Amino acid sequence: MFLSMNWIKDFVDLSGLDDLKLINQFSLSTAEVENDIQFKGSDISGIVVAEIKSVEPHPESKKLHLLKVDAGEPELTDVVCGAPNVRVGMKTAFAKVGAKIGDIEIASRPLAGYMSYGMCCSEKEIGISDDNSGIMDITDDVKNGTDLKDIYAIDDIIFEVDNKSLTNRPDLWSHYGIAREFAAIAQRPLAALDFDDLSAYDDLPKVDMKIEDPLCYRYSCLQFENISRGVSPVDMRIRLFYCGMRAINFLADMTNYLMLEMGQPMHAFDSRKVENIRVKRFDKEFEFETLDGVERHIDSDTLMICNGDTPVAIAGIMGGLDSEIVDDTHTLTLESATFDAASIRKSTVRLSHRTDASMRYEKSLDPELTVAAIARFVFLLKKYDSGIEVVSALTDDYAYKYPQVALSFDKAFVDKYTGIEIDNDTIVGTLERLGFGVTYSEDSFTVDVPSWRATKDVTIKADIIEEITRIYGYDNFEIHTADAPLFPTRPEPVKQDEDSVKDILVKHFNLHELHSYVWNYADELKALGIANVGEIKLEGATNPNIETIRKTMIPTQLCQVRSNLGWADEFGIFEVGRVVSGMTDDNLCIENKLLGVTLYKKGMDVRSLYFRMKTIIETLADEIKHKKVSYKRAETSFDWEHPVNLNSVIIDGEVIGRIGLIHPSVMKKLDKRASVVFAELDMDKLAAVENASISYEEPSKFPGIEIDLSFLTSRFAPIKEAIERAACELIRSVEVIDIYEAGDASSIAVRLTFADSSRTLTREEVTAVTDGIVADLESKRILLKK
Amino acid sequence: MKEKLEQLRQQLMSDLSAAADGQALEGLRVKYLGKKGSVTDLLKSMKSLSNEEKKEFGQLVNGLKAQAAESISKRAEELKELEIKREIELMPEFDLTIPTKEDRGSYHPITLVQRECERIFTTMGFNVEDYPEVVTDYECFEAVNVPKDHPARDMQDTYYLTNGELLKSQTSAAQNAILKKYGKRLMEEGMPIRAIFPGRCFRNEATDATHENTFFQMEGVMVDKDISISNLIYFMKTMLSEVFQRDIKVRLRPGFFPFVEPGFELDISCLICGGETGCPSCNHSGWLELCPCGMIHPEVLKEGGIDPDEYTGFAFGLGLTRLAMMKYGIKDIRDLNSGSLKVMSQFTDDK
Repeated sequence: MFLSMNWIKDFVDLSGLDDLKLINQFSLSTAEVENDIQFKGSDISGIVVAEIKSVEPHPESKKLHLLKVDAGEPELTDVVCGAPNVRVGMKTAFAKVGAKIGDIEIASRPLAGYMSYGMCCSEKEIGISDDNSGIMDITDDVKNGTDLKDIYAIDDIIFEVDNKSLTNRPDLWSHYGIAREFAAIAQRPLAALDFDDLSAYDDLPKVDMKIEDPLCYRYSCLQFENISRGVSPVDMRIRLFYCGMRAINFLADMTNYLMLEMGQPMHAFDSRKVENIRVKRFDKEFEFETLDGVERHIDSDTLMICNGDTPVAIAGIMGGLDSEIVDDTHTLTLESATFDAASIRKSTVRLSHRTDASMRYEKSLDPELTVAAIARFVFLLKKYDSGIEVVSALTDDYAYKYPQVALSFDKAFVDKYTGIEIDNDTIVGTLERLGFGVTYSEDSFTVDVPSWRATKDVTIKADIIEEITRIYGYDNFEIHTADAPLFPTRPEPVKQDEDSVKDILVKHFNLHELHSYVWNYADELKALGIANVGEIKLEGATNPNIETIRKTMIPTQLCQVRSNLGWADEFGIFEVGRVVSGMTDDNLCIENKLLGVTLYKKGMDVRSLYFRMKTIIETLADEIKHKKVSYKRAETSFDWEHPVNLNSVIIDGEVIGRIGLIHPSVMKKLDKRASVVFAELDMDKLAAVENASISYEEPSKFPGIEIDLSFLTSRFAPIKEAIERAACELIRSVEVIDIYEAGDASSIAVRLTFADSSRTLTREEVTAVTDGIVADLESKRILLKK
Repeated sequence: MKEKLEQLRQQLMSDLSAAADGQALEGLRVKYLGKKGSVTDLLKSMKSLSNEEKKEFGQLVNGLKAQAAESISKRAEELKELEIKREIELMPEFDLTIPTKEDRGSYHPITLVQRECERIFTTMGFNVEDYPEVVTDYECFEAVNVPKDHPARDMQDTYYLTNGELLKSQTSAAQNAILKKYGKRLMEEGMPIRAIFPGRCFRNEATDATHENTFFQMEGVMVDKDISISNLIYFMKTMLSEVFQRDIKVRLRPGFFPFVEPGFELDISCLICGGETGCPSCNHSGWLELCPCGMIHPEVLKEGGIDPDEYTGFAFGLGLTRLAMMKYGIKDIRDLNSGSLKVMSQFTDDK
């Protein structure tokens, strides 16, 4: 919203104060002011009122005229002018030689062979409207040669307030409301508005009007006739233009002017079209043409203004074309009403049509404004068009009145909330300047909230704190730390584990942490031939790529692998992220925090990559929990999982995740000449695993004995079992030192280390154990390699 | 005999200097000192001498024997040194201009700034919380005083799921749970509630270089008997000065958020121009809008089981995504979720 300093100064005397400092203070105390403050009129000078005394056609040009103008100087001035609307006796804006318009300095110059000593200007050229159809037509009775700036308020400072920062302040959608803030900031009084006395029309007939729907809080109207003025006063037009509105005609301009001044949207109907006003909703749907000529679809939730049963306007949003003021309109009905804010907002969303009026209504306007705005409207109407005549009594249906809000608090509350000392005089002065009624004795305050702040904005004591402190200025706060006792912090186990996991994966295994979205990448999954699987979807999704919440992180990681192909021949990625793995009986999402890890390597040695992943998992378990990991063959749950080598990862008997390969049909699409291994662990389950303490064992001081045995087999499991069956406490470690794969001739070499912490072992006792193991395996037809 | 002995000594010396390696030296040791060595032979040949001569000559031979042994081992030392010297000479100098690739992983930049913030707040006595991404309407809106007809609750802004739950649009969704979790200790033991909860948030909006539908925030709350606006400004200033490693100026402006009252928009002095002059990065204002904050709304405290007449508190929501972008100069917000290793592998540990 654009605001005019001139307009604000109509209501508060800011003389002697720096405008820019005040605007900056307003930004800090009330609402954010955008950066580009405009200094209107600062780039023009030397424009005066001049009267056209003669008009001659230009001999060489059809468009140009040769004028003699009276610019208030002893001699008439010769001007060559191209405007179509020149006429003798017309007064216009004239830029004399030496005048400045923007970067241009007016100089005398020949135009098609004739000297021109100055330039007649359009309103657009002066910057006071966008009218460039001809030169400015000054109808006011002013002396020739008068500087235009002496008669019209061309110089102004215009600043813009971010509408978003006014969301909760319906009172600030007007210059008067903004002026109240300036008054509080500058500690100056706010002038009262001038109103017409509407009680003078009490004896006139009332308008037939009735609210038939609780969504209308108040409806006020008044009829009048005899409007003779067509064009608004120049100053009014300038203000409207500076504030971003186009001047249309006097009546339309007046409703806009009142909206910008007081914040109350108004609408004028042709009285013939609104003989019995009803405010209601229809229980059917229909099309309705608004005054911008657009057919709009009205549903049963949209509140309408009607003439009997005929809709004439969409309440709070826009009038209808059919009831618009036309040339032969004689009597006008002025509407000034308040509607339910949420209803207006929802209607604008359904209609996809937001207007200056609806923007204000959806902020919860003060219903007290409706009548005041009419009184102000009539006052201004009479000021600018003295012939007008009010022909009805004020008709006012006040269906819903907001409750009066009064709040009580004491000084201690203010002290506690602010943490600083603000004295009583400052508290009272600030609140009163903002329109609050304050009564207090000693340190107890009772505050009556003004109606314009009581529609939703100020409801509790803490709101009063805001009023006091924002005007006091947060920059003026003395700041200090809290006086709070210290207690040790207790980190969440899952957060701690997450940090450890990331450190180990990045620092030890050189993996890269990537982020992704929580929904499946439908298109990319399709390209990999992976089904778009999920337990739940977004409501009303329109994009299949932002629709299905993922159930597992790995498909996303496969997409990431795909998009990073070529980055390196080998890389690993991971993410700690969320999935929805299922639904509870109450139809709530079961959310899991998962660690997804995917390793990629060029070449077909998938086994070594798989064992790399195994090392990663076991290192995580050992580093974070000091626990061993076991595995169990798992069944596939997804189409992208390879049925072979899919294993559950188990710690303490609890399945915390799985490790596996990617299905060949997906690999063919992803990268035919590479290996990919994945693992997915549940972070919450990992966090729940009890952290075993470090089991320290003093190394034996006596030398151990290493025995290497090579067996003709391709599987380690039977060897492991035989060693376990031997149950020899002297075996300190079992290591696979060589694997030879050659069909029937495959072999696995293991190294057994024997030691005892109290003595040196003899070769004989160790051999006895290994002989036992060899014999055991022989009985299972696994022979020692000779 | 004496001449023979002297001759042998001369021979030994010349042999020694000719010995070029350990093997040759071992040959010399055998040649002179071995069982059939020359010196041993000399000793053997003493049998024919008289006792007097034996005594005299024996001393001489033993002297030679000792000298030979010493010379050989000395020569051995020399040879070892020579060998090492040769090894050093043979070592080529490496060309360090040959490029090598670092062998390391990388952290997501969000992890880096999040850890930094967590560290700072932990040192100030705050607990770090974890919270889900799917939440209920109650958690995200109702419990934090967002009215039923508030625009934020529209489907255009929030990702609702088909079961009525939603992807949290703000970390404030965790406030109620945090208040309930720590409220008991606050009231019974006087332990102030000090918690931060970093998390991922979702808003239904079109994405471009500065807008994302998925981003990270970090919520912070502190509740105790006398928490004030003055404390809030102090904590924000202190924390942000730590984050940016310099003395940051903060500025509060009124801002409206249903969960706080009063609510503020917090600006910090521009990191580039320091706020004095204004520059393109702060849009010539000298200030950067950084984080909404405020005093926790009494209704929010009440809903969390805490008596607002007895306790007050502040809350803030720091945009971690924005912070990461500011810290590392990331221009396009979409890079963060792009999954591109070209981009993301650049972020190494940054303590």
